[in-house]
Amino acid sequence: MNTPVPGADTVFIDPLRRERSRKKARRDALIGIASLFGFVVIIVLLVGRSSGWEAVQKTFFDGDQFVESFPGLLQAFWLNVRIFLIAEPLILIIGLLVALSRTIKSPIFLPLRVIATLYVDIFRGVPTILIIFLLGFGMPALQLPGVPSDAIFWGTAALVLSYGAYVAEVFRAGIGSVHPSQTMAARSLGLSSFQTNRFVVLPQAVRNVTPPLLNDFISLQKDTALVAVLGPIEVLRRAQIDTSSNFNYTPYVGAALIFIALTIPMTRFADWMAVRSARKRQAGGVT
Amino acid sequence: MSPKRGSESFINVDQVWKSFDTHPVLRGISLNVAAHSATVLIGASGSGKSTLLRCMNALETVDAGNIVVNSELDVTAFNADLDAIRRRIGIVFQSYNLFPHMKVLENITLGPTRVLKKSKKESVEAAMQLLTRFGLEAKAHDYPDRLSGGQSQRVAIVRALAMEPEIMLFDEITSALDPMLVGEVLDTVRELREGGLTIVMATHEMSFAKEIADQVCFLRDGIVWESGTAEQVFESPKRAETQNFLQRVN
Repeated sequence: MNTPVPGADTVFIDPLRRERSRKKARRDALIGIASLFGFVVIIVLLVGRSSGWEAVQKTFFDGDQFVESFPGLLQAFWLNVRIFLIAEPLILIIGLLVALSRTIKSPIFLPLRVIATLYVDIFRGVPTILIIFLLGFGMPALQLPGVPSDAIFWGTAALVLSYGAYVAEVFRAGIGSVHPSQTMAARSLGLSSFQTNRFVVLPQAVRNVTPPLLNDFISLQKDTALVAVLGPIEVLRRAQIDTSSNFNYTPYVGAALIFIALTIPMTRFADWMAVRSARKRQAGGVT
Repeated sequence: MSPKRGSESFINVDQVWKSFDTHPVLRGISLNVAAHSATVLIGASGSGKSTLLRCMNALETVDAGNIVVNSELDVTAFNADLDAIRRRIGIVFQSYNLFPHMKVLENITLGPTRVLKKSKKESVEAAMQLLTRFGLEAKAHDYPDRLSGGQSQRVAIVRALAMEPEIMLFDEITSALDPMLVGEVLDTVRELREGGLTIVMATHEMSFAKEIADQVCFLRDGIVWESGTAEQVFESPKRAETQNFLQRVN
């Protein structure tokens, strides 16, 4: 007698097992929600019963202050957004160019390689806020003809230079992550080393580093607030002014909420991209 | 320039040395390959098969010696025209090395459009013709991750063929494959052999080597230990090391 052969797309799950795993899933969900709820209650009780809570509530979570300051904060935040939007593409361009110059092997381009290496070493080694101070106060003081003395200009330039060094390293890691056999295959087809970079290495490198690049840009969104030290009224500076005129810290909380509203979606997006690219690489196997 | 038909040394490898750091891989290796013939390199891993193939395509520079094609193209010359060499000598690797971010068709047309400067239309037509010839036309618009190992390797062969080489080098092209997929790749090589391409192939597939080879070279420690027709080398090997090797792989 022949054993019956199931069809190729037949899926069979024992109804008892299915029912049991469905029950377990339901129970797990309930336990999770209950645990989370209990945790929140404990935190609220602990914070609410602390002796300083009333004072903190008044100075940090004042509803009237919040409503009063929030429109001004949002308006000031538009400057942060503009700094970010201008800085981001410049950072990408500088990062890519610097990373590429560090991979060129031709001896004629040794100066380029030296400059690129020095740039990365210096700007990655100095705290961003220090670069902002140095450029923001130093460059205008030089009073060079044709060089702007605008604080927003130099603040943005400092962010671009600082992040450019980081992003250059991310790109360099990405270029290193493309297996040498890809270069060999491209060269064996007669592609020049420039063509190999342009058509084979860089497209894969950029795809590999998209998640870490997004992380750097989340970080940049927040660091636009550092430009405040030079005086331009962006969201942190606005909050600072409001705070000191009313002796109430609620505007700081408002500014934090604005940043969070922008960075959380971006973080989720970066996570999603990372998971997706990891899955892609797994599925890719040996190529 | 077309190869001299029947010439006994279409490819002339003469006293080639190559070492990596202090480790010698090729130690004065010499061999001749006739036009339109198939030469099969056998030997244990580390005997220098892959390195020799890479030197023949100028993917590696030699330390000493010469490799000359058709008595006019010196692959090992100091100022060798790499483009010309690679246009005339194709290579396929063990690990396929398809470009994962390009569709099959793009993988194949990259060389013809960027190196041979053919029009997009012309290279796509030629690529489709090759894909159809090897039963891969349905995969033209897939990415490499949708292909089986055998299909990937056949696409890699088609990609090299699209450059219309006179010589094809195969570097253990079936070693990474599921045993069930080896046959389809070897069929492809067989067809190319019948089409008159000059083939140099490193392989561990002894029965295929017996069938296809005009010349078999047994490599050991970076030199040709023994060479001859398939019959000579497989049926009546002269040297003890060759006999030993053949016993171990059979």
